[in-house]
Amino acid sequence: MIPPKFEYQPARDLAHAFQLLAQGGGEAKILAGGQSLIPLMRFRLASPRALIDLNRVEGLAYIKENGDLRIGAMTREYELETNATVKARYAILTKTAAVIADPLVRNLATVGGNLAHADPANDHPATMLALRASVVAKSAKGERVIPIDELFVDTFQTSLRPDEILTEIRIPRPAPKSGGTYLKLERKVGDFAIAGVAAYLTLDDRGAVKSAGIGLTNVGSTALRAKRAEAALVGTMADEKAITAAAAAAAAESQPTADLRGPADYKRDVVRVLTSRAIRRALARAKGAS
Amino acid sequence: MAETMYPITLTVNGEKKDAQVEARTLLVHFLRENLSLTGTHIGCDTTSCGACTIILDGRPVKSCTVFAVQANGRSLRTVEGLEQDSKLHAIQDGFHQEHGLQCGFCTPGMMMTAVALLERNAAPTELEIRQAISGNLCRCTGYVNIVKSVQHASAALRAAKTAAPAAAGRA
Repeated sequence: MIPPKFEYQPARDLAHAFQLLAQGGGEAKILAGGQSLIPLMRFRLASPRALIDLNRVEGLAYIKENGDLRIGAMTREYELETNATVKARYAILTKTAAVIADPLVRNLATVGGNLAHADPANDHPATMLALRASVVAKSAKGERVIPIDELFVDTFQTSLRPDEILTEIRIPRPAPKSGGTYLKLERKVGDFAIAGVAAYLTLDDRGAVKSAGIGLTNVGSTALRAKRAEAALVGTMADEKAITAAAAAAAAESQPTADLRGPADYKRDVVRVLTSRAIRRALARAKGAS
Repeated sequence: MAETMYPITLTVNGEKKDAQVEARTLLVHFLRENLSLTGTHIGCDTTSCGACTIILDGRPVKSCTVFAVQANGRSLRTVEGLEQDSKLHAIQDGFHQEHGLQCGFCTPGMMMTAVALLERNAAPTELEIRQAISGNLCRCTGYVNIVKSVQHASAALRAAKTAAPAAAGRA
């Protein structure tokens, strides 16, 4: 299938990209890894007048830890998946990257694109919700930091303004006794999740849950924060009763719709099971398991 | 309205190529139709199957999900570049020896993924091989002989590497 015609505009640097965005008048799209956008264009579900290619812009692909973790938006998924610092201190991110699409797609797909595309079926949004991440949006006028809870507006819609480009993702420094994981049920490698659950826990000195982050993939019009599930854990020792209550709450908060991947009730039950498993795994990691 | 053409220069299997392409031309179409390199297959056209896998600057990617114009200034390898001086590449020999194909449609993409894997990791475990090829679908073999083919190539390449310095020493 041949995508519709468009004008190809390789940006030399960010300033050039902002200029091209302004000229595009809302009809230009940013091209990052292209692994979601190009398939959409082949199906003619997207037909932007111009593509502004960020692949030639230097300095947008990096993973730096300096207090918090900073990930350049053009960092490829394989770079995140294989980064030693990320693996040692932010294992939930390694776990997430490793189940995105397939290894060939991960060689081009970018972390920033996965978020800016705002597909509820994408995997990073749930993990970033669990981690309470934020993103940096830059424009010709300056930059602002958007908390992840304010980024996803609706399916394929973010709170980025038309003149802004998502340039960086920031993950808070892990508190002592923290840990998390991302679990995804998929029909086969490369498919979108039937459902996915990210869980990230921080324990206090006596082992009680100090804070909990739980994000859900592909069971709503955006990735969802399971607020009642988080509340069901905070202050508890994350014992059997608390985990069961949190898993039931996450299932109740999810808003799946029936499709080829299964009926809504089934997906809700998948959320319950995955939440329970993800909390147990996060708890083990927070207690020092690798 | 005449379509805007974009000039590109890229290296394909070691040869420099100059061409004019439409922005919307996918890399796989460019390879097959402009360069007549039809060894790179189009399987699903939905970024699912990996039949169109090529190696772009050292990493295997799906050439149906890259625009040709994006490859400007870059270097890529296709299945046609594997054979050198009428001698099969170890991965081609591996697929031959271990019967790593039945219909053969997925084979070029499967081999390009395997070549890139072996360049990064000369002695992958079975699990690492299976993970590496998890984006390449084969509907015939059940993957068993494909894994054996990659293992065959891995062993052959490592044997050649240890034999080469010794042979050079004798000369």
